[in-house]
Amino acid sequence: MSSTDLLDDLTRREYPHGFVTSIEDDQAPPGLNEDIVRLISKKKNEPEFLLEWRLKAFRHWLTMEEPVWWPKVSYPRIDYQSIIYYSAPKPKKQLKSLDEVDPELLRTFEKLGIPLQEQQRLSNVAVDAVFDSVSVATTFKDKLKEMGIIFGSFSEAVREHPELIQQYLGSVVPYTDNYFAALNSAVFSDGSFCYIPPGVRCPMELSTYFRINAANTGQFERTLLIAEPGSYVSYLEGCTAPMRDENQLHAAVVELVALGNAHIKYSTVQNWYPGDKDGKGGIYNFVTKRGKCAGKGSRISWTQVETGSAITWKYPSCILQGDDSVGEFYSVAVTANRQQADTGTKMIHIGKNTKSTIISKGISAGRGQNTYRGAVKVLKGADGARNYSQCDSLLMGDRCGAHTFPYLDVRNPTATIEHEASTSKIGEDQLFYCRQRGLSEEDAVSMIVNGFCKEVLRELPMEFAVEAQKLLGLSLEGSVG
Amino acid sequence: MLKIENLHATVDGKQILRGIDLEVGAGEVHAIMGPNGSGKSTLAAVLAGREGYEVTAGRALYQGQDLLALAPEDRARQGVFLAFQYPVEIPGVGNAYFMRAALNALRKARGEEEVDAIDFLELIKSKMQLLEMNQALLSRSVNEGFSGGEKKRNEVLQMLVLEPKLAILDETDSGLDIDALRIVARGVNALRGPDRATLMVTHYQRLLDYVVPDRVHVLAGGKIVRSGGRELALELEKTGYGQLAGTGAR
Repeated sequence: MSSTDLLDDLTRREYPHGFVTSIEDDQAPPGLNEDIVRLISKKKNEPEFLLEWRLKAFRHWLTMEEPVWWPKVSYPRIDYQSIIYYSAPKPKKQLKSLDEVDPELLRTFEKLGIPLQEQQRLSNVAVDAVFDSVSVATTFKDKLKEMGIIFGSFSEAVREHPELIQQYLGSVVPYTDNYFAALNSAVFSDGSFCYIPPGVRCPMELSTYFRINAANTGQFERTLLIAEPGSYVSYLEGCTAPMRDENQLHAAVVELVALGNAHIKYSTVQNWYPGDKDGKGGIYNFVTKRGKCAGKGSRISWTQVETGSAITWKYPSCILQGDDSVGEFYSVAVTANRQQADTGTKMIHIGKNTKSTIISKGISAGRGQNTYRGAVKVLKGADGARNYSQCDSLLMGDRCGAHTFPYLDVRNPTATIEHEASTSKIGEDQLFYCRQRGLSEEDAVSMIVNGFCKEVLRELPMEFAVEAQKLLGLSLEGSVG
Repeated sequence: MLKIENLHATVDGKQILRGIDLEVGAGEVHAIMGPNGSGKSTLAAVLAGREGYEVTAGRALYQGQDLLALAPEDRARQGVFLAFQYPVEIPGVGNAYFMRAALNALRKARGEEEVDAIDFLELIKSKMQLLEMNQALLSRSVNEGFSGGEKKRNEVLQMLVLEPKLAILDETDSGLDIDALRIVARGVNALRGPDRATLMVTHYQRLLDYVVPDRVHVLAGGKIVRSGGRELALELEKTGYGQLAGTGAR
């Protein structure tokens, strides 16, 4: 097969999660104003403090300008008044168990390979499923409760643990942080909440699965994860959406708080609909993710495999406040067709002897544009801070792009910073070598790409790593030029 | 086994092969010699199916079928192996993993069961012993950071594991010291047999001291200008390729 055929092949690839579930929605009218904010808050029976916080965020958002300065990302301006800010599957009554969940919804998650049913809970993963803006089911809840672990929808946490919400919401990502974080703070409808008590090691992977279904809706979920001193949790999130011609906005906020010696491992496999080969449709994935290593010796590890979305804009970051705290960022970002990704991390060293590691692998195919943008900041008091960054790019074909923007701001002379970067092209040579040994072209591409991403993939929990490997193969099938 | 008739090929529009005729029977070892730029490596690449080489005339029959019509992986699955002049590095892909994947791809094509990791390890370790290779190379990435000699030995190791019917060695001897050459030759000889054939592309005759060929062909200007027995290689060593000018060499 010639290179051109192969590229064409890639552009014909199917997005397997592109179906729509027919289910009745309870929707707010399109558009955004204070009434909508109040409506969302009321629908969710929120306490006064939360409504106030939302309104403050909304008023602040009005004063902000949508950022247009990303040099490597371009898209038509978003009409924020045409978006529906609240959409929930009907009927919206309190669900007591999974049996009461609309069977159509359960089938949807089954189709996506997310088993929620009791009998299928053999895998050691607790799942919180978020459909459009509402959390529909959480598995393993009772078992976790025995250990004092709170895991479930954000709304539920607001009702049952308002004091935790009030204490931590916005403590890592304030609503003033950026345009999309402010928007999210005003209109977020649900998300996941997780609390690990002191000294508890969470015995299973906690997982949230996000699904956008309804048309013209934005998804604005909020995730808050608190790990008390000496605790450990591994948290996974996955996401898909139907194929639609319009672009849909996904503006989430994730906040992590790790107290003394706590360790949070946060893994994402992002597979939102990327749009078709001409760049029509797809999700705008504008997400703010940040973790605070608040306590001494705490550690936050971000691992992400980003294969979906028309545009990805996210920088999972770590504020290394506690002495001896550790921040890690492992990322694989794939852009094919006309996808654009501008992703990376910020490591902010505040405490003494803080340490950060950044491993970023960007893969570009088709006309994809892949940008790594990362900042390492070492503040005055951060004696003995250490950072290691490695950014590798892999190009497939000659119409794609890879860009690397590392920013360094070091204000302490005892800091040690290392940065390595490389760009390589998936060679005809590598491919021919594999094929000459009897491997099919698909297997060869998958092997080469997985080899390239190995350092990141091995950070993923087992179940996820397998899924991610398959996804990488699928996303790049036949995309060698 | 292999029958090449009037083979013409171009690279980037430039005519490199200008009518090659060659027949290699089962059980035979043939050496292709010739000056730089004579088309030796092009011939090897065309037979293995590398992209970028256009066959403009002639044909190559392998076990009676049209070899040039097959995709590279299908040639490999039918027993054609190319030892690369410049073995390719594949970062992050374990050497043992790669070879087992290749072996299983061939076995699958033949309708045989796949070899599991434990059996494979046993198999490969015995072959490595023969080639006096350090077993640490198994867990390293394919060819990454290998020395020149290690890369060449790794090619021969793959050949021994995959047991091809037709092995094409593209300057496998170049850059090897005499000890390494002897070891590589030991590997090549280990695979000699009545139902296999080997085509050795080489610039120097010294490999032929250790792997004694049945036939020697001299390639010049894209054509075979002389063929003979083992003695032809020795004669060339004395006289050089220069005297071939006028008989087709450029």
